[in-house]
Amino acid sequence: MIPSEFEYHKATSIQDAIAQLGAHEDSKLLAGGHSLLPMMKLRFAEPPHLIDINGIEELRGIRLEGDTICIGAMTTENELIESEILQQHCPLLVEAARLVADPQVRNRGTIGGDVAHGDPGNDHPAVMLALDATLVLHGPDGERQQSANGFFLGTYWNDLQEQEILVELRVPVIKKGVGHGYSKLKRKTGDYAVAGSPVVIELDGDVCRDIRIALTNVAPMAIRAEAAENILRGKVIDDALIEQAAAEVLAVCDPAEDLRGDVLYKSHMGAEMARRSIRAALQQARG
Amino acid sequence: MAKQHVSFNLNGKQVDALVEPRELLVHTIRETLSLTGTHIGCESSHCGACTVDLDGKSVKSCTVLSMQADGSELKTVEGLADAEGLHAVQQAFIQEHGLQCGFCTPGMLIRAYRFLQENPNPTEEEIRWGMSGNLCRCTGYQNIVKAVQTAAQTLQQA
Ligand SMILES: Cc1cc2nc3c(=O)[nH]c(=O)nc-3n(C[C@H](O)[C@H](O)[C@H](O)COP(=O)(O)OP(=O)(O)OC[C@H]3O[C@@H](n4cnc5c(N)ncnc54)[C@H](O)[C@@H]3O)c2cc1C
Ligand code: FES
Ligand code: FES
Repeated sequence: MIPSEFEYHKATSIQDAIAQLGAHEDSKLLAGGHSLLPMMKLRFAEPPHLIDINGIEELRGIRLEGDTICIGAMTTENELIESEILQQHCPLLVEAARLVADPQVRNRGTIGGDVAHGDPGNDHPAVMLALDATLVLHGPDGERQQSANGFFLGTYWNDLQEQEILVELRVPVIKKGVGHGYSKLKRKTGDYAVAGSPVVIELDGDVCRDIRIALTNVAPMAIRAEAAENILRGKVIDDALIEQAAAEVLAVCDPAEDLRGDVLYKSHMGAEMARRSIRAALQQARG
Repeated sequence: MAKQHVSFNLNGKQVDALVEPRELLVHTIRETLSLTGTHIGCESSHCGACTVDLDGKSVKSCTVLSMQADGSELKTVEGLADAEGLHAVQQAFIQEHGLQCGFCTPGMLIRAYRFLQENPNPTEEEIRWGMSGNLCRCTGYQNIVKAVQTAAQTLQQA
């Protein structure tokens, strides 16, 4: 299995990548290649030009700026796992990255590629929703910032514009009183989620000041379960409320039937993953 | 599509190859450079039989373009043994019966080689996690885990 023919180009800077996207019609950026190359081998994608962005140093690395963690789009999953900044200030991302694929894939696959790709089975889009991340995008007209909330529009469909490149992902530092959870059901190590749910809860004393419940692989794209959030926001969360919220999660699930399960099973697993993550996040937020 | 020149260090030797842009690293290694230790199992990034060491990291060579290996340091299973004999991971796989048909073994060995540098003194659970990108259809993994444990001990003593 080899991809159909294409021309290979190396981009040396973000500007160069944008210029090359403009110069070569129907070209695609090559990041870790662990979603794109498999699709090209299956001929689901046949871009005539690949623009390799692996050589662009400015797209790599993780830095702390005040209360914000800035993650370069070309940071690999294993670099996320090893990052002391993330271990200390945003363990949710470390936890999620540990559940992505396997060690070899994590050496190549990047957070930017995972977010930009558009497979509903990718873990990072929902994590970005739960963290209320900001995406930094560069295009021919310069930089724009876009909330993760609203970026994911459908399967292989997002708000990335032509000639745009995802440069950085910005997530807030998880502070005291804020808890998180990530539950992911997989058939085996290295598999995509049957269903997954990252949750972030902010407590004010015992009261839930804010909550974000996101879902992986139970809809055409990563989604937030807003009706479920509304049940819990402003309340002292107890088991009865969690059950009500889980019912709202179930209602919002719209998965595609495949070898991982049918619609009903996957929807119930989506609700169960949310239940578990809410409990974990709550426990953590209570400290 | 015109072939392009790539050059990399393979098992300590500088090698050159002409590759098509769409050529996958595993094919260049096996077909152009005639090192057939690296196996092709699934061709779909799952099984790990094609694992090689690229710039000190384990990668699946069926999912890397040969063009991307230009200028790199590569090690395949053929590069494990040296003048003094088999590498500790190879010895350990023999000693612990870490293989049956042997198809997955080159990938297991080159991954174990790297894993034990990342984590020289792993627990059983860490071995299972660290080796989870390599599938085996024969052994049930038990003896593979034992072999990695044995290799870890040998390497620690060395
Ligand atoms: C066996 C296996 C198991 C896997 N399991 C999981 C899993 O459990 N969870 C999970 O989340 N993923 C999983 N993946 C997918 C893997 O994490 C991919 O690496 C990831 O989805 C894509 O990232 P990439 O860097 O490889 O991107 P690529 O494959 O290089 O690119 C993917 C797409 O994104 C575009 N793109 C990449 N970077 C940018 C950028 N900076 N700006 C704009 N567009 C860009 C590309 O043009 C392409 O269209 C698995 C993959 C394999 C092979
Ligand atoms: S052949 Fe490369 S992972 Fe199976
Ligand atoms: S020994 Fe046969 S596949 Fe592993």
